[in-house]
Order: sequence, then structure tokens, then C-alpha cells
Amino acid sequence: MQRVLIIGAASAIAEATARVYAARGAALFLVGRDAERLAGIAADLSVRGAAKTAVRALDVNVYEAHQAVLDAAWSEFGEIDLVLIAHGTLPDQPACEASVELALREFSTNGLSTIALATAIAPRLKAGATLAAISSVAGDRGRASNYLYGSAKAAVSTFFSGLRQRLNADGINVLTIKPGFVDTPMTQSFKKGALWAKPDQVAHGIAAAVDRRRGVAYLPWFWWGIMQVIKNIPEFVFRRVKL
Amino acid sequence: MTEPGQSWGRYPRARQRIAPLTDRRRELPSFDGSALPYGNGRSYGDSCLNPGGTLLHARGLDRFLAFDPATGVLRCEAGVSFAEIIAMALPQGWFLPVTPGTRYVTVGGAIANDVHGKNHHGSGNFGHHLRCFELLRSDGSRRVCTPADELFAATVGGLGLTGAITWAEVQLKRVPGPWLEAESIRFGHLDEFFALSAESAHSHEYTVAWIDCLARGRSLGRGHFLRADHAPGEPGLRPPPSTARLSMPFTPPLSLVNRLSLRPFNWAYYHRQRAPRQRASVHYGPYFYPLDGIRDWNRMYGPRGFLQHQCVLPPGSARDGIAALLGEISRSGNGSFLAVLKEFGDIPSRGLLSFPRPGTTLALDFPNTGPAIFALLDRLDAVVAEAGGAVYPAKDARMSGRLFRSAFPQWERFQTHIDPQFSSGFWRRVME
Repeated sequence: MQRVLIIGAASAIAEATARVYAARGAALFLVGRDAERLAGIAADLSVRGAAKTAVRALDVNVYEAHQAVLDAAWSEFGEIDLVLIAHGTLPDQPACEASVELALREFSTNGLSTIALATAIAPRLKAGATLAAISSVAGDRGRASNYLYGSAKAAVSTFFSGLRQRLNADGINVLTIKPGFVDTPMTQSFKKGALWAKPDQVAHGIAAAVDRRRGVAYLPWFWWGIMQVIKNIPEFVFRRVKL
Repeated sequence: MTEPGQSWGRYPRARQRIAPLTDRRRELPSFDGSALPYGNGRSYGDSCLNPGGTLLHARGLDRFLAFDPATGVLRCEAGVSFAEIIAMALPQGWFLPVTPGTRYVTVGGAIANDVHGKNHHGSGNFGHHLRCFELLRSDGSRRVCTPADELFAATVGGLGLTGAITWAEVQLKRVPGPWLEAESIRFGHLDEFFALSAESAHSHEYTVAWIDCLARGRSLGRGHFLRADHAPGEPGLRPPPSTARLSMPFTPPLSLVNRLSLRPFNWAYYHRQRAPRQRASVHYGPYFYPLDGIRDWNRMYGPRGFLQHQCVLPPGSARDGIAALLGEISRSGNGSFLAVLKEFGDIPSRGLLSFPRPGTTLALDFPNTGPAIFALLDRLDAVVAEAGGAVYPAKDARMSGRLFRSAFPQWERFQTHIDPQFSSGFWRRVME
């Protein structure tokens, strides 16, 4: 039985991923802001086959509360085989440009809190475990339309790259998940085109990347190609591009 | 932002605003004008469309609340699809008590159309297996409705007009496994269908017939009668059918269903079975959901879409009425790929606007070829009206308000239960 801890468990991608593990009979510890909402998700996961579920409320920006929640998860399950850090928001970029306070809060939500959690989780993991976080293709290059979000995700990606090297010798896999456009409540107001994926597509990609102990997973896979192109556009050209 | 909404028949086209429902505990999103809940868009015509208004997309309400594998009682949100229920419950020995011909309907949609299946003669409609559900109205009120309530009768078959269903509790059915023991019997004439149907109603759980709607004269109504029962599986002996799916990847510029393709298809379909009787073990997938294997099969009718016509004729006039309908179709030369014929049992429906009633139901698909097809459908409706029958709102895009109101005489009582903020293209059309 796999024991899985998910932080940001009410997000669409996290919920879809939890369903994949529930169908495999995993035990799931769900962390998110709204305990009542998590309880509803936990009931669903139980029907879908989860061996055990537990929920705990947490505001990721309250760093002092992190350890207590992690203690609860470890004492509930004894050991954790997979941690998925999946929380996030889609900041209003123009509003972040107008407010330092908002910009830093969004950076904390999407970047610092993940770094804080990963730092606290790493020493608790045993060989064979996986620590995964949902970063974003937006972290591969800053773009005018959402560079606050992108830079926070870039911090996560780089932090995870270093952590992967550090924990490799201990047999712990560190996975950076880089989804492209996903059709979720977070992106409700966007016009959807052919590049958009559904949360359960991404969820199956996450589970496959965990199973294969991959380090970085672009989801769906074609984003790897798209980002190779975007990353390699010379800066003197890129600065004139509208993206 | 308005978005083109689509029903399964891809006719008519409509534009409406989309408001997703994702949390059953929250209030309805605010909207201007009228709203209509929308599940997976498997209704064929305009009963799931709300031109100029708002569609409340309910697929986000896709959580199970509780399932008791000892009793088979399932409580789930309204946007859960039948496919998801089967995936969860069948490995534990439970199946849907009643299912339509596609597993991609939602629970909410199944209630709103009080869907029926091939076991209507023994099990009635989906609504007969419904223990309760919660209805969220536009004034923010919530009601848990049970079969004793008038609002239950209004909502079952109520076409989504009485409010948004947030969750429902359904009694599932025990089955030995995913396999059915099926028998296919070739019959040469409509009268043989009625004899087979009468005989099989007592002996078999599922009955349905596929008929060649282009055959005439002595072969009128010839086809294949399919009857089946759940059977214990033989695990290991036969693997389940491949899950690799065909798909219709694009919409062809013209309907692939046309005069050139129909006659040979119907002829070949009738003659593919040489033996008068064939028995086989069939997996539930191809048996219940033959078309689900082809993703987006509705595109094959081309950019103008298609119209389905499903009617029910009462027992007294069914034999001659069905013959008259087949005669009209055969004369017009506009055929349907396959026509589906089935006798309903006499279990009274629970919904004020439920379609199933004692008699014989015939379902046909016609490519939208313009005025000629609408004229044919009007002639079919005239036969239905004459026979005292009804046309199925879930499959309809053009019946007259007069036919609807006479075939569904409880519409006035139903009307008092409509949520004042809810409406649909279908409802405005038949109330004109």
C-alpha cells in the first residue's frame, strides 16, 4: 500500500492525481485550506478505493504551521512514500506590478512556501520515496504576461533541481512536474485551444513519472519541445516578442 | 463571453454563456437571463441548450459521496458519469440498474430525462431506482427530494428546469460480472418482432431489436431481436475487449450517412447473421454501448448534424402505427442507419414528464438534409399524434408545441415547479 501526502489537495490536478492513487488502493493524507472541502474529496477517494484517508487544514503561507501538519501526516501513516506539493494560485500580473505586498504574497504562495515545505519534508523521507512538486512551464522563461508566477515557479524548479542532486545518493527521487495549459478552475477565464490538457491526463502523467522515478516531467510531453524553442530564443529577440 | 453550445445531434447550434459548477456546497454562480444545468451534452436536440442564456456545466460535480458494497446504495454528485460509476462499482459486483445506450451520460442528465434501457419491461426507468436527491434552486434554497415529494416527480424527467441537482442516491443492481449471455434472433417481419417481444419479456432481462427501416412489403420491419441476461464471467477464459478506441477525428464536409450508403448498410446488417439464432457471451461494453466505441461518432453526419426521432406508441395502435412510420420512411428514401425497436413494460413512470409509457418505442437517426427531412419528421409526428403516442424530448429538436402538450398532459402541473430563473431552448420552443 502506497502512503501518499498531498499538499494543495483540493486543486484540480491534485484531486485528479489522488484519484489515480485511490484506484490503486493507496492511503492518502490530504492537506489544503478548507477542511470541509477536503472531507468531501476524501469521501470520494474512499469510494474510489483508497485504503485510508485523512485530512488537515493548512494555509501554506503560515510557515510556522508546516511542521505540525507534517508531524500529523507522519504519525498518521508512520511513513510516507510519495509527497506531492500541488498548491498554487494564478496571480493577477498587472495587480502584482502595482503592489509590492501582493507580489511578495503571491511569490510566497507559489514559490517560497513550496521551498519551505520541501526543506522540512526532505529529512523525513526514506530511500525509495518520492518528493514531487508541481512547478510550471511558466518557470522556464519569464514572460511579460505572468512573470511573477513564472519567477516563483522558476525558484521551485531550480530548488528542486538542487535537491534532486542532494537526495539522489539517499535513494530519494525528487520530481519537478511542469504542466502546460491545464483546463482547471484556476484557468476558467482562458480561451481553450488545442494545447490545453485535462487534469486527469496530467494526473496519469504524474503517476507515470513517479513510477519511472523521473526527475523532470513536462505534461503533456509535447511541452518539452515547445519550451526548448521558447528557452532558445535569443534574449534580444525575446524582449520584443509578445507572450 | 458566449460560447457555442452543442448537443449530441449537433443541431441546432446555439450560443450561451458557460458557468461551471465545481462545489456542490456553494450557491449557484450568478447569471443574467436564464440558466440550465448541462451534464455531458448527450441529449440530441435543444433540451440541453439555452440559447442566449447560461449553461451551468455540472461535470465538475464529479465526486462520490458514499458507496456501500454490501447494499449497493450509491450517493454521488450529479456530474458523475455512468462510465465512472461502472468503473468503480462493477469490480465490486454492482451495475447500473437502468442504462441508456451510452455510458457518457451524467447522473443529473439521467434524472432530468428519466432515461430508460433495454430492461424497461422489468426495471422501469432510472427514476425508479432513485432513492433521493438534492435540488439547489436559484433562490439559494436546497431541498432533499424523495419519491414521496411532488418536486421529485417534477424533477425526474423534468429536463433540468426545476433547479440544479447537486447529488443523488441510487440503488445499484447486483451482477455476477461484466458478461452477458446474449441471443440474437433474425426475424423477417414486424409481426414476428411483436411475437418475440411478448415471449421474451418474461424470460429475459434485456430485450431490443435492430431493424432495417428501408425494407418494405413482406419484409417490413425485418431485423434482429437481441435478448440477454447477466451471466457469470469466465475469468481467464476470455479477455475483456480491447480498450483501443476508434474515433471520428474530424467532421467530413458531407454526411457519410446518405442515400448511397444507407441501403447497402441496412441490407448487409440484416444479412450478416446467416443463422436464424445465435448465442454468445458478450462483454457489457459492446452490448450496452455499441457506439461508445467510436469517439465522436456524431461527426459522421457532417457539419449540419443529424436529428433523432424517438417515439412511443400505445399498445392498441403500436402495430399499425409502427408499420405506418416505417412506410413513411421507406417511401421517403431517407433512411436511418439502424432503427431501434423496443417494447416498454407497464411500470408507471414516476416523473410528470417522463417519456416511457406502455407501448412500443421506435428510434431513428436522420442526417440533417434540410427541409425534406423536416417534412418527413412532421409526417412521422402526425402518425405519432394519430396513434396517441409521444416523442422523446431528450431526442427532439423540432416537434410542435401542440404535440408536446398533448403527449405530456401533465405539463401544466409540471410548470408550477419550474425554477423561475431556469429555461431551455426546448422549453421555450414547445411553450410558444
